[in-house]
Amino acid sequence: MTPETAWAEAMKFENRPNPYRFFDELRKTPVVHVGNGVYVVTGYRELMTLAHDPRISSDTRRLKAWAAGKAESEPDPSLEAYGEHGSIIQSDPPDHDRMRRQAMRYFGPPHTPDLIPSMEPAIQRLCNELLDKAKGKTRIDIVDEYAYPVPVMVICKILGVPLKDEPQFHAWIYDFMAGLMDMGPEAATEEGKARKEKGQASAAALKQYLTDLIKGYIKEPADTLLSRMVHCDGPDGPMTPGETVANAALLLVAGHDSTVNTISHCVLTVLRNPGSFELLRRRPELIPGAIEEVLRLQSAVQFFPSRSATADIEIGGTVIPKGSPVLLMYGAANRDPLRFPNPNEFDPERPDNQHFGWGSGIHTCFGGPLARLEVNLALETFIRRVENPRLVVDPPEYRRSNVFRGPRHLFVDFDGIREQ
Amino acid sequence: MSTATLVSDVVTSFKSSGRIVIVGASLAGLRGAEALRNAGFNGKLTIIGDEPHEPYDRPPLSKQVLKGWVPANHTTLPRAREVDAEWRLGVAATGLDRKTKTVRLANGDEVPYDRLLIATGVRSRPWFNKVEAALEGVFTIRTSDDAGRLQAALAAKPRRVLIVGAGFIGSEMASVCRELGLEVTVAERADAPLVGALGGVIGKIAAEMQRDHGVDLRLGVSVEALEGDAAGHVRRARLSDKVTIDVDVVVASLGSIRNIEWLEGAGLAAGFWGVACDAGCRAFDVSGVVTDSIFVAGDIARAPHVLYEYQFLSLEHWDNAVFGAAVAAHNMVSLEPDRRPHLPLPAFWSGQFGVNIKGVGVQSFGDEVVIAQGSVKERRFAAVYGKRGRIVGAVTFNHGKWLQYYGALIERSASFPPPPPGYDHPADMKPVPAEFPDPRTPTALPTVVLTGHDPTDRAAEFQPRRR
Repeated sequence: MTPETAWAEAMKFENRPNPYRFFDELRKTPVVHVGNGVYVVTGYRELMTLAHDPRISSDTRRLKAWAAGKAESEPDPSLEAYGEHGSIIQSDPPDHDRMRRQAMRYFGPPHTPDLIPSMEPAIQRLCNELLDKAKGKTRIDIVDEYAYPVPVMVICKILGVPLKDEPQFHAWIYDFMAGLMDMGPEAATEEGKARKEKGQASAAALKQYLTDLIKGYIKEPADTLLSRMVHCDGPDGPMTPGETVANAALLLVAGHDSTVNTISHCVLTVLRNPGSFELLRRRPELIPGAIEEVLRLQSAVQFFPSRSATADIEIGGTVIPKGSPVLLMYGAANRDPLRFPNPNEFDPERPDNQHFGWGSGIHTCFGGPLARLEVNLALETFIRRVENPRLVVDPPEYRRSNVFRGPRHLFVDFDGIREQ
Repeated sequence: MSTATLVSDVVTSFKSSGRIVIVGASLAGLRGAEALRNAGFNGKLTIIGDEPHEPYDRPPLSKQVLKGWVPANHTTLPRAREVDAEWRLGVAATGLDRKTKTVRLANGDEVPYDRLLIATGVRSRPWFNKVEAALEGVFTIRTSDDAGRLQAALAAKPRRVLIVGAGFIGSEMASVCRELGLEVTVAERADAPLVGALGGVIGKIAAEMQRDHGVDLRLGVSVEALEGDAAGHVRRARLSDKVTIDVDVVVASLGSIRNIEWLEGAGLAAGFWGVACDAGCRAFDVSGVVTDSIFVAGDIARAPHVLYEYQFLSLEHWDNAVFGAAVAAHNMVSLEPDRRPHLPLPAFWSGQFGVNIKGVGVQSFGDEVVIAQGSVKERRFAAVYGKRGRIVGAVTFNHGKWLQYYGALIERSASFPPPPPGYDHPADMKPVPAEFPDPRTPTALPTVVLTGHDPTDRAAEFQPRRR
């Protein structure tokens, strides 16, 4: 199989439940050209090296410039969706570092150490309420009825996005995810083009919605992350309104979508592997490690198409030419047998599990500490209260996006819901 | 019975009934003990430590403890596992007899061993004048007891603190004093703080950091005398530039002395430089012949390093103690070819004046330095050290996420200067001399002499320095 073919197969929608055999194929050359000047990194060591190499840029304007110089490949407008100002995930230092400081100042230690822990009671209450609703039933859709409501409640509360607008922005994000950043062969089909158009329109609508929201916060400050970013009183001064919109979109999308996928994948993985549910029920202290193992196996963000080489970079026997887009395939590197023995096996007690589920380097997941809390509470509550859960279909139906990968629905049958 | 079977029987029987003694009950001693048990050693394990406390972590002592966030006796090291050892705490080892394979203790006890791990580390260099050192308000810092006393003295709001020596520990303490709102003078003989570790170019930046935070930094001066009041409390310090300053607290931060005195006469390659060992942590005897039963780990170990021209290096870094002890433990219960090398990429961290400083490699091995990333003005940058066209070290100020990249370059002996980053680097990326001080003026070294004429009685003899 040529790298081009393996890549196309890995990105194909029908292979979304299991792209991993194609990643294994690609990993025969850990850094490989897959056509259109794009380089794909699937080796653990090579990905680690490039994630920390200051000659790899995340500034998406470079990708646009490179694409403009190449007739055969269009600039990827999906990246515009985060706003014309780059968010932290699509910018380089020093802007990246400044914006991350401006946002972290109101999200985590040392300035805001209590925000994340303070969410615990609300998360726990909601997890319990969602399971209470399933009482008397025998089947639950983990995605819609359990995994989704938790992160969306939390991120809305923290950012200061009204929860009542959820149906609206959920639809936009859904279309945006389905239509944009599609690296697979379906992008070129009529349906793919239609999805892309719809995705662009939804991205624009989301951007307008957030712009209006932030305009409101500029006039009337409030005790929310978005308001505090745009009024930042730290040494870096306030974030510009444009940057705030870009980062608001990033945090809103990443803050609920990847967490939904991770909770769903946790339930899927634990139920898919015989004995795991009983093990974690008996020894709940293993749950945090088990979640990390799920992230290794089923990275919620499989890759993010923002990076490019600013110089010719020789790595893993390949030279990435200056300007080329570089895709760091977290989900693939997480199964590199040179790094993880029995890489396809779910081992909740796996030692030395330094996976890329949260990325690596300066772009390491901003919301990771919050996501860990949400996923821990959700999985722990599920394991404690759901009696004899069974997967209805395996693999489940997957969502379209090849970047933010997760089940569309995850139906689980059960015997009952225990009292809290 | 084949030799292989015999050897395997020896290992098995040693693991089940051998006797191992660890001298030193701090980070290296504890992690060594845990690693021995992990490696399947089920014999008798004795851990000897001169302090009465169970093993504790030292990095917080000059930071969180002095700030008053954490009580001095609350830095006990977490245990990775049960070690099932006999702990002999509060009693120092005073001698080693390699013929009878016993460790002598201060109370007269003798502890026999089959294998010995030396992890006695270092102590802080005391103030040079004994009478002045005994004044109330004069401190050094190495132990939790030291930190507890100094914390209490700082909490009593002294009018001015004098810190003598602007290495990492001295600079960290100056930073804490400013955070506590205390007036602080730092006196340093060199032209800049941190100059021994990081050179003058980076030292100048550290000096600006100190002054920006209100430290009265006095460079190129030494403290000649301390004077006390009638009650025996330190009140004044006389500097070499004839200036006298009023002080209530003095902290001598003059570096460290290796705890090798108890090894005198043991015939090991032990001296002010530490205890020499091979990269497998086996101690050398005084002639430079490797021993089979004595191993060394932590601050006191000095081993040849492949990345640094095989020079013998002591690495007084936290992770060197952890990883070195693990290798020593493995090798104590293994025979060739199962032995492993301890090949650390040296790494350290410090926190001062709101800046997180991290380093990899051996900066002082380099003679040139280049600011490779970030901005010195904003105090967030990466600096890379080179020697003869190779990268040998790097240090970051509030830029630690990039350190791993430079660590990998050092491990590969990549060429210096490093390739320019794609963004956020200074306009001028020309390497400059790193400005390390000339090698220190030779101190009065102990002498090793060769004796004997025939190859059979040719030997080295260690002559301790006469005081």
